[in-house]
Amino acid sequence: MELICPAGTPAALKAAVEAGADAVYCGFRDETNARNFPGLNFSREELRAAIALAHERGVKVLVAINTFARAGALDVWHRAVDDAVEAGADALILADVGLLDYASRRHPDQRLHVSVQAAAANPDVIRFYVEAFGARRVVLPRVLSVAEIAAIVREVDCETEVFVFGGLCVMAEGRCSLSSYVTGKSPNMQGVCSPASHVSYHEADGGTVSRLGDFTINVFAEDEPVGYPTLCKGRFRTEHGAGYIFEEPVSLDAATQLLGLHEAGVTALKIEGRQRGRAYIERVVRSFRQALDALEAGLPVETTELIAMTEGQATTVGAYRKTWR
Amino acid sequence: MPSRTSAISTVSPLLALAMRPLPLLPLQPLLAVLLHRIERRHSGIFERLGDHAGKRFGIRPTDLPFAFVLEPKPLHPRVSAVRYLPGRLDACVSGTLAALVGLVEGAFDGDALFFSRDLRIEGDIEAVLALRNAIDDAQIDLVGEALDGLGPLKAPAERILRDML
Amino acid sequence: MQLTLGPVLFNWSPEFWRDFYFRIADEAPVETVVVGEVVCSKRSPFFLKHLPEVVDRLAAAGKKVLFGSLILVSQPRERRQTVELTEAEGVTVEINDLSCLASLAGRPHAIGPFVNTYNEATAAYFVRGGAERICLPPELSMPSVAAIAAALPDVVVEVFAFGKVPLAISARCYHARVHKLSKDNCRFVCEQDPDGLAVKTLDGADFLSVNGVQILSRACTNLLGSVHDLAGAGVRALRLSPQKCDMVEVARVFRDVLDGCRDAEDGIRALAPLYPDAPFADGFLHAIPGFALAPRLASRASRRAT
Repeated sequence: MELICPAGTPAALKAAVEAGADAVYCGFRDETNARNFPGLNFSREELRAAIALAHERGVKVLVAINTFARAGALDVWHRAVDDAVEAGADALILADVGLLDYASRRHPDQRLHVSVQAAAANPDVIRFYVEAFGARRVVLPRVLSVAEIAAIVREVDCETEVFVFGGLCVMAEGRCSLSSYVTGKSPNMQGVCSPASHVSYHEADGGTVSRLGDFTINVFAEDEPVGYPTLCKGRFRTEHGAGYIFEEPVSLDAATQLLGLHEAGVTALKIEGRQRGRAYIERVVRSFRQALDALEAGLPVETTELIAMTEGQATTVGAYRKTWR
Repeated sequence: MPSRTSAISTVSPLLALAMRPLPLLPLQPLLAVLLHRIERRHSGIFERLGDHAGKRFGIRPTDLPFAFVLEPKPLHPRVSAVRYLPGRLDACVSGTLAALVGLVEGAFDGDALFFSRDLRIEGDIEAVLALRNAIDDAQIDLVGEALDGLGPLKAPAERILRDML
Repeated sequence: MQLTLGPVLFNWSPEFWRDFYFRIADEAPVETVVVGEVVCSKRSPFFLKHLPEVVDRLAAAGKKVLFGSLILVSQPRERRQTVELTEAEGVTVEINDLSCLASLAGRPHAIGPFVNTYNEATAAYFVRGGAERICLPPELSMPSVAAIAAALPDVVVEVFAFGKVPLAISARCYHARVHKLSKDNCRFVCEQDPDGLAVKTLDGADFLSVNGVQILSRACTNLLGSVHDLAGAGVRALRLSPQKCDMVEVARVFRDVLDGCRDAEDGIRALAPLYPDAPFADGFLHAIPGFALAPRLASRASRRAT
């Protein structure tokens, strides 16, 4: 299985290459990609240099243009597609049907991947992307169990890529407007979720209070690890009590599922975290490289100690185990 | 929910105590030289900072008796050492000296330090994120840059300093 | 401007559900009604026995009936239900997940608000495949709505105009989770909350509503103040999403304002007591946070200008 690693900056890309990535994914410094965070991402020039560096080492570069193009401003997204192709991207990761249509007609030889933001969760919809746009690979949404993934792989005529580590969307990706409901900015439109521009922390009687826009997302006691106020991972109250109604502030770590995913026929494993620092990239990529090498050599896969890298300092195998639902 | 664990070292309280009466003035030229070197070698930082370059950041090593004010303006970046941080700051980052140096040098991941509460952030979170990302990309060897003027003494000095952190 | 009654998103008792549609058929001034369970595949069997009589009554009253497809299709049961829907004779499907797009290609259908139609290129792609109506995602703002409508004058472009707005869908059932049940053994606890389970912040602010695997807003979208702007932008239908309130009267208020029998201010005053439990919001359309209400003056001023 290929190891697909995140890079928010050229330095992070270099770290991923050196730590053993088979491919690195990244995006332009604008609203065309779903990690449009301050101080992050690549200029056109940086992307060209990064691709040259990666190719020298036999590593592929996948360019994510995975927000949904803004009506009346299609040229911004079209330019991103054209420039990524021209820079020599090994694949484009797209979600918007209109943009997939554009890319497949304008650049028929370019390899296209269906982004997780397209939420292609079953063989019928995957077949649609393959037949309509010639998609070569689909990044599966994080709502499926390992058995369901195996069933999909058996039925479809394209490669599959699944997330194995990092931030975990609790809702179906690309189909969530929680962030824009609270802040006016959404993953689908602006490429941000729970944006830092709307985050604040303050100390109060009960502990550290985190807020997003006008809403309190969590209160952390003094001895508790603190979390970023991603709004689906906050503590809220219903008539049945208070707590993590949707999900706890945990990260996905599917290191224990690698054998199952391998047997399911998955093509590529993806690490989340384009917004994370070089130290994270270096440690997480190296750890999964070792695990994959062990798996390929038929040795037992050591479950890695990456807990310090995770939100809430806790991990879950998420939907890969069916009881998560 | 696990309780937080910290693997980040702190400057020994005795050493911090010994530093307390030291005047801050000699630090200032050293900081200016350091900033100048970083500015020369890592001009990409300012581009990544974008609009956030005009902001004032407080940097507070929690195990030292002084703090810094950083103003990363593209043409006139400034950093100054202060006993107490002024009130009018856009954002403030605090943590042990080891955590802060490790963050700048890329040895530690900012989010991980924050999740474990080894790093505290107040004020304009977006500006801090931009600064963190810009610095992470710059791959700054902070300790190396700081000791660059020491010639043959650089290597032993760096060893001592790294042990301290 | 037409009115569309969207699908019932909540788990209502089958009899209540049937009677609701009977009254809509008999009394509500809406042109189109979307039926079918779109949120949770486990709920569908309960409504099936009443579906034929509901559809007959709506059709007899002259309403165009659309059948909504499931929003999230991943289980074999869900795929089966979706295939059955697309193969049914004489049924016009409103697509809420692209799984059924290929099998409906070339046949007239509608695209629902759960499909990511964010721009004119995507909308045009769907139209080439046979889409005759497109209900846009609720988070789109006015300039996007206007750009899409302008690019596709022959298509019925529809906007989500009333009701708690659907914000997310998940593989996980939050109703089961708050009741400490597994999804497979959920005992259909979502039926206890026919208008959604209120979620508040720790400091007591109204926030969201849980509806099984779906998250809705707590605030009720109300675009009555912008209906003339929307019409001016080329929007041809408004969607009213069923809440547990007098939806017939809600439809009448919208109809009256659209027909000019009532001004928008008066209409908003009339809507408030019909659904007193939820505050009104129109933030998405005005490119501000979705929970917020744009200053009414702004929309009044622009109305005078048009």
